[in-house]
Amino acid sequence: MSAVVDLDAAMFEGLCRLGDSTLVLGHRVSEWCGHAPVLEEDIALANTALDLIGQTQMWLGLAGEVEGRGRTADALAFHRDVWEFRNLLLVERPNGDFGHTLMRQFLFDAWHQPMLAGLAQSQDARVAEIAEKAGKEVAYHLERSADLVIRLGDGSDESHARMQDALDMLWPYTGEMMVPDATDIALAEAGIMPDLTGLRGTWDALVRDVLAEATLVIPDGSFMHKGGKQGQHSEHLGHMLAIMQFLPRAYPDATW
Amino acid sequence: MYAQMVTSEATQDDPEKLAAFQARIDAGEKIEPKDWMPEGYRKTLIRQIGQHAHSEIVGQLPEGNWITRAPTLERKAILLAKVQDEAGHGLYLYCAAETLGVSRDELTEALLAGKMKYSSIFNYPTLTWADIGAVGWLVDGAAIMNQVPLQRTSFGPYSRAMIRICKEESFHQRQGFDIMRKMATGTEAQRRMAQDALNRFWYPSLMMFGPSDKDSVHSAQSMRWKIKMNTNDELRQKFVDQTVPQAEYLGLTVPDPDLRWNAEKGGYDFSEPDWTEFFEVLKGNGPCNAERLAARQKAWDDGAWVREGLMAHAAKRAAAPLAAE
Ligand SMILES: [Fe+2]
Ligand SMILES: [Fe+2]
Ligand SMILES: [Fe+2]
Repeated sequence: MSAVVDLDAAMFEGLCRLGDSTLVLGHRVSEWCGHAPVLEEDIALANTALDLIGQTQMWLGLAGEVEGRGRTADALAFHRDVWEFRNLLLVERPNGDFGHTLMRQFLFDAWHQPMLAGLAQSQDARVAEIAEKAGKEVAYHLERSADLVIRLGDGSDESHARMQDALDMLWPYTGEMMVPDATDIALAEAGIMPDLTGLRGTWDALVRDVLAEATLVIPDGSFMHKGGKQGQHSEHLGHMLAIMQFLPRAYPDATW
Repeated sequence: MYAQMVTSEATQDDPEKLAAFQARIDAGEKIEPKDWMPEGYRKTLIRQIGQHAHSEIVGQLPEGNWITRAPTLERKAILLAKVQDEAGHGLYLYCAAETLGVSRDELTEALLAGKMKYSSIFNYPTLTWADIGAVGWLVDGAAIMNQVPLQRTSFGPYSRAMIRICKEESFHQRQGFDIMRKMATGTEAQRRMAQDALNRFWYPSLMMFGPSDKDSVHSAQSMRWKIKMNTNDELRQKFVDQTVPQAEYLGLTVPDPDLRWNAEKGGYDFSEPDWTEFFEVLKGNGPCNAERLAARQKAWDDGAWVREGLMAHAAKRAAAPLAAE
């Protein structure tokens, strides 16, 4: 076990990474409400957002418990600023067209599912329990996003071009998910969270299969953005938080 | 109610068939899509169910306006689930309309072309979080007044859709009331937001039932066919009688100086909404008509490539069934 990292602190950090990613992605997906290309998608997007917000409540709730300073999931969601958010950069990317939203979801789901499978094996029973519950929801998210990526990638000329464009734009944001830092390593060594490098194989195989069936081409170049899970974000996140946190910040005495 | 001022179609069918049809309705039988029905019955129902479906869909917009700003994770989840339900209601209703021979796309195009309406209520803005409470409490509350009796409507698919929808609507109404209760018993600012929301939504909610139709020929026909179960005035009265005590419980003031309990009729006397405003809203001059339709038009236009892409893929699969797996 790594001696330099305080395990509780690492665990708080790791749980915020999970909960912030589901919160930020849930928020993005919920922006579609009432605006989706077909009614079935409106329903499916709302359902995905709902699952992700529910997972956020669990992850951030546990983060607050582990931290032991009395912060609730709501306090963490609504009263931290950008630099304290630990979500992946991928999930804060703006929605763009439906193709971007869908590709972002697929690339995330393809990581999220094996990640939750690993978390379900956690030595920490609380983590394992949340992952078990979330895993069922996310298996469905992945099934749906992979299926739609295939259908739109291998659809019309326009849908193909739009999906390829989305892939080209989003691909450089996928590296961060599988590159561990000291926190990830400490958590893996303690058996609390899976080894991120171990997810690479599953993610690669799944993504390559689906994109091939979708007739989409993985971009050349190995450059990957990073920093989200250490609190270094794009400009987009601040605007999102300004909207998300408006009420609790404007009326700090109120309960809702 | 979500279907306002639906004019019924005159019918020129064989009088004997008509009499037999009416006898089935009078006997409480359900009419199913494959059964014979007068053309007027079919057309009136398409208009009514279509308008109701459009209202569910457009109704997502004023509430969706606050999903990204919901003040707690739980409130966000509840609101997401509600708006998702409304989309589901739209889906059931479009399916019910399809059994009458009109496609969802045709209905959508009629909405976007301004040939079909949706409820006037969704042309009012949601300005504060209390409005989300007011919408659930008053708007879903008014919808329930209309939809509960419609569970007994004569057209089978419509009746069954209403049964499913009503369960969820009463849940929505309770959640809206719960937001209002929190606001009305909260800080001074929250209490003021709650009162302000009631002030703005009271009369538009009364308008949801439509103007008095007690002398309307169209309504009488629809009532004989059991696709309209009560007069607009009856439903409005019921709504006021139910809602006023709830407002009192919340410590809020209904914005009507002439509101009075009338012991003789066993209900409240209350002021009529401004019907000039109502007709302006129907004509497109409400505060949000332009935005609401523009949002639906944009979703339709921006989604065209998705719908086409999915069809192109399905066509490829159909052409090469063996290659697909
Ligand atoms: Fe509804
Ligand atoms: Fe509704
Ligand atoms: Fe509702």
